[in-house]
Amino acid sequence: MNAPLLEIEQLRAGYGHVEVLHGVSMAVPEGRMVAIVGPNGAGKTTLMNAVMALLPRWSGAVRYRGAPAGTTEALVASGAVMVPERRALFADMSVEDNLLLGFYRRRRQRERDARPSMREVFQLFPRLEERRRQRAGTLSGGERQMLALGRALMGKPVLLLLDEPSLGLAPLIVREIFRVLAELRARGLSILLVEQNVRAALQVSDYGYVLETGEIAAEGPSAELAENPRIHETYLGQRRRGAGE
Amino acid sequence: MTQGRHLLAVVVAVLAIVAVPGLLPAFYVTLFGYVGLAALVALGLVLLTGISGQTSFGQASFVGLAAYATTLLTKFADMPSVVGLLAGLAVTGLTAWLLGLITARLSGHFLALVSVAWGLSFFSLFGTLPWLHGFNGIGNIPPMGLGGLMAESRRIDLAVIIAAVALLMVMSANLLDSRMGRAIRTLNGARLMGESVGIDTVRLSRTVFVIAALYAGLSGFLFAHFQRFISPTPFSLGASIDYLFMVIIGGAEWLWGAPLGAAIVVVLRDQFNDWVPRLTGQAGNYEALVFAIVVIVLLQRAPEGLLALFARAPRRPPRRPPPSSEAAKIAPPAVAAAPVRVTQPGPELLALDCISRRFGGLLANQDVSFAVHAGEIVALIGPNGAGKTTLFNVISGVLEPSGGRVRLFGETSSHEPTRRIAARGLARTFQHVKLLPSRSVLENVALGAHLSGRAGVLRAMLRLDRSEEASILAEARVQAARVGLDHVLERPAGDLPLGQQRVVEIARALCLRPRLLLLDEPAAGLRLAEKQNLAALLRQLRAENMGVLLVEHDMDFVMQLADRVVVMDFGQKIAEGPPERVQADPAVMEAYLGGVV
Amino acid sequence: MDPFIFFSLLQDGITTGAIYLLLAIGLLIVFSVTRVIFVPQGDLLAFGTLTAAGLQAGRLPGTLWLLDALAALALAHSLFQGRRAALRGLLCWGAYPLVVTLLARGLAPLMLPAASILLTLAIVTPLGPLIWRFAFRPVADASVLALLILAMALHFVLVGLGLVFFGPEEASAPTLSDASVAIGNLSVSGQSLWVLGCCALLVILLRWFFGATIHGKALRAAASDRLGARLCGIDTAETGALAFGLAAFIAALAGVLIGALTPLSYDAGFEIGLKGFVAAIIGGLASFPVAAAGAILVGVLESVGSFWASAYRDVIVFTLLIPVLVWLSLRTGTAEDRA
Repeated sequence: MNAPLLEIEQLRAGYGHVEVLHGVSMAVPEGRMVAIVGPNGAGKTTLMNAVMALLPRWSGAVRYRGAPAGTTEALVASGAVMVPERRALFADMSVEDNLLLGFYRRRRQRERDARPSMREVFQLFPRLEERRRQRAGTLSGGERQMLALGRALMGKPVLLLLDEPSLGLAPLIVREIFRVLAELRARGLSILLVEQNVRAALQVSDYGYVLETGEIAAEGPSAELAENPRIHETYLGQRRRGAGE
Repeated sequence: MTQGRHLLAVVVAVLAIVAVPGLLPAFYVTLFGYVGLAALVALGLVLLTGISGQTSFGQASFVGLAAYATTLLTKFADMPSVVGLLAGLAVTGLTAWLLGLITARLSGHFLALVSVAWGLSFFSLFGTLPWLHGFNGIGNIPPMGLGGLMAESRRIDLAVIIAAVALLMVMSANLLDSRMGRAIRTLNGARLMGESVGIDTVRLSRTVFVIAALYAGLSGFLFAHFQRFISPTPFSLGASIDYLFMVIIGGAEWLWGAPLGAAIVVVLRDQFNDWVPRLTGQAGNYEALVFAIVVIVLLQRAPEGLLALFARAPRRPPRRPPPSSEAAKIAPPAVAAAPVRVTQPGPELLALDCISRRFGGLLANQDVSFAVHAGEIVALIGPNGAGKTTLFNVISGVLEPSGGRVRLFGETSSHEPTRRIAARGLARTFQHVKLLPSRSVLENVALGAHLSGRAGVLRAMLRLDRSEEASILAEARVQAARVGLDHVLERPAGDLPLGQQRVVEIARALCLRPRLLLLDEPAAGLRLAEKQNLAALLRQLRAENMGVLLVEHDMDFVMQLADRVVVMDFGQKIAEGPPERVQADPAVMEAYLGGVV
Repeated sequence: MDPFIFFSLLQDGITTGAIYLLLAIGLLIVFSVTRVIFVPQGDLLAFGTLTAAGLQAGRLPGTLWLLDALAALALAHSLFQGRRAALRGLLCWGAYPLVVTLLARGLAPLMLPAASILLTLAIVTPLGPLIWRFAFRPVADASVLALLILAMALHFVLVGLGLVFFGPEEASAPTLSDASVAIGNLSVSGQSLWVLGCCALLVILLRWFFGATIHGKALRAAASDRLGARLCGIDTAETGALAFGLAAFIAALAGVLIGALTPLSYDAGFEIGLKGFVAAIIGGLASFPVAAAGAILVGVLESVGSFWASAYRDVIVFTLLIPVLVWLSLRTGTAEDRA
């Protein structure tokens, strides 16, 4: 495959009168995991939402599978599945029902049997199988994230978009989630990951972009980027003038 | 209003009151009478729904209460109509006050539903209480009169109605153009901001509710003596919905919308009744049908103004963002050369003592302790979800702590409401700017000076508050100049770029004469030049011995500006100290950059 | 009180309570999926009664022409929406109304109760999705309050149309059963049994639909979290149409059932709808079992109250609504600010 699966060119977007993204360009090659890191307020979630057309794009281009990306519904239908920051689970429905609804999009495309996919998801997340009849609202934070991820996987995504998967989770759970992500990456799934936890994100991904106040401040293969001092500055500010090193 | 325009308005009003009823043919006298009566109710609804955001489907009940009150007294008890008027207003006002105890705390659609409930209740009551004669109605109601002079003809009634409409419009305009008027505007979607400048929003909601009911009550009194016959039918849920429609059609947020909407609905309805049957050869409720369709179309298609009044849905953003040349237009604050920094921080303003805050199973804040002193800038930072906003809300009285103590200016303030904390000298700004976007910058800033005024609703309506208002506006001008806004005072606040809007919030906060300033992400969304101006302003305030506590994500901004930094993660304080030390702290780096997996 | 009279009142109360329950279910479904407080559901109930009455009298009801007109508009609109939408439009808004119209023309003169009832359901049910499409879908993201005001306006439209279609007189729907079943010394009317039976059957069917079918689950998902539903590929426009369709079906069915026991005029449906609304509010616009209890309570209260010639029963019912709403509001949280 020559063209990247997802291509973003000079994207500008924002809320109300405020522009949050000031011309962002990046790409996700097929079969690769790309991480976007950056401090709070950098515009990471805005970027995700603009790609998925949950927010209007003010200018610039987003291309998915070679064609201009359309509405949210069109993107979902052609395999771009997103796990939003707040998970958006169906709280009063069971784990199993949530997963089934993840399969819904394939049902529209005439696939009938959800069971093989559900078995795969339970293999990745044994804890979900233990709780399959439990109401999603009663799960712990980590289990909810697993369910959100599992539901996304039920849709057999071509491109998986994850908005801050480690948010609010204890380190042990974060480790488990990222282990699964690494596994998915090994299986060849294309993933776009937005994360605040820089070290974990750069550890599992192939390529990284650093987003700072709406612009790409640095990019590169993840292993190299992790050593870049710019990251430290982005997150913790430049050294105070006159304070010395 | 200038003298000339004032005089013109008075002349027009007098002409309307005297000439119009005298010159019109009888049919139009009746028609305009109904327009006027409806306009009175609609005017109350403009204040209630349009300005203060409380939707009522029950105003017709208040009309009915007053109508029945005056009817019973004047017809069956032979009282003069003045007594009827007073009784009508008293009954309406009291009922509204009692209902207001319930409704003042209700939100959005619950309030509307409750109004439906009481509307239906009263309508049923009107129809079933035997001494109200039910649906047979009560006829031969005596005309109204004053000291022996009776309004024998409808023309005189119409003159009175026009006078009432004029009077109430003037009083309403006065109210909106005052300190209380500004406060009322915060009720519609900016209550938190209102509380933060000391407004008792619950009590004020109730007051507006009673005012709207009294307007309806006046209409009821006039209605009874105009039509000389009443029955429950004009006081039904349908009538209440009609009034709301009038306000929607006429434009809910401006006073002239009331008579305009009333005129459109009443006159057109009358015309429909005439020629539609002629066209179709069938009698029918067509006007109701057509009106409803008009309202539906309006609600769907109307310019942002009408639907945005009710809608919480975010407005569609503009195709292009405003030109960034706006950044260049911001004037730097009125600052002299770099001020000398006070090296020793002053007395303690704020002390947090083991603050905890729980939400069900989630411990959002856990044993957080630190202090802020006069003449220092403290920054509160931490990754997403660390509990900073919760802590801010605890400090400013929006939330109560589950454990620990907040000491403000030496006294415990843990369980005080926001407005009392504001009165003590703590002012705050908001992460999502909370302004009145359609009002001028000056008005928005003047909101901060709310507590320095005393004039209530009545004085405002009677225009007896002018000197106090002048001093409030003067104070607002001073603070606006201090932050560099004096060249945009008359512009609508919503037109300014975000950076200047944040500065407006700061100016508003300064009008409170605070000793401690709480800023929630003041630099978010600002361009570089705006941030520099903001930093300069904050340094100036620090030099004037104010204490500043800010939550911020922009590390460059924070590290260059703050004297001390407090770092939170997972609800706990993990580090505190000067910026250099915090930047090098391994725990802080771990929190921000994350752990290795 | 005489036990026979009491039993008769109880029977009346439970029967009307069952109707209120049906309406409450319809309201709950629509509100949870679309956030619309569908107050005009009662007007659709009246449409049901009067359409059946008209058909039974051998006439073609005005609601049929309303269906045809709105369907034509929807068809025209869908032709511009792309091939898939155009095909579905032709089927739903072209073929279906055509078939129904032809059937009506053919069967109405025969004045068969079963035909009248089934045709009524066929005519009134699709009005639901059409109302959704033209009135509410364009502003689906508006606040609950804006949607409520819109619903109130819609009530006037439906009432106005009702007067045009059916005139001011009352009419009765054809009865399903004139029989009377004897249990001991007490007699139960056949129609009441039909009402209770249909109610129970509908409840069971709905439980199955929402619990076991993927489309029912998709509807619940749309009600639970709209963003999540969208990201799963669930079309919120369709779920809205389905919700309104269910509510319209319920209203039509309720109209046919209750209209056989009590003649209704074009404007009497609204008040019945309001009582169903009371029951739904008691259930917090969220809980079915509590709403069910509320509905039966309202029905019985009404029935017993009217025996004692208490004209105040309406006053009591509506006034009781206030503390319930206050409690609900406090539970949901205090007044929101605009973000």
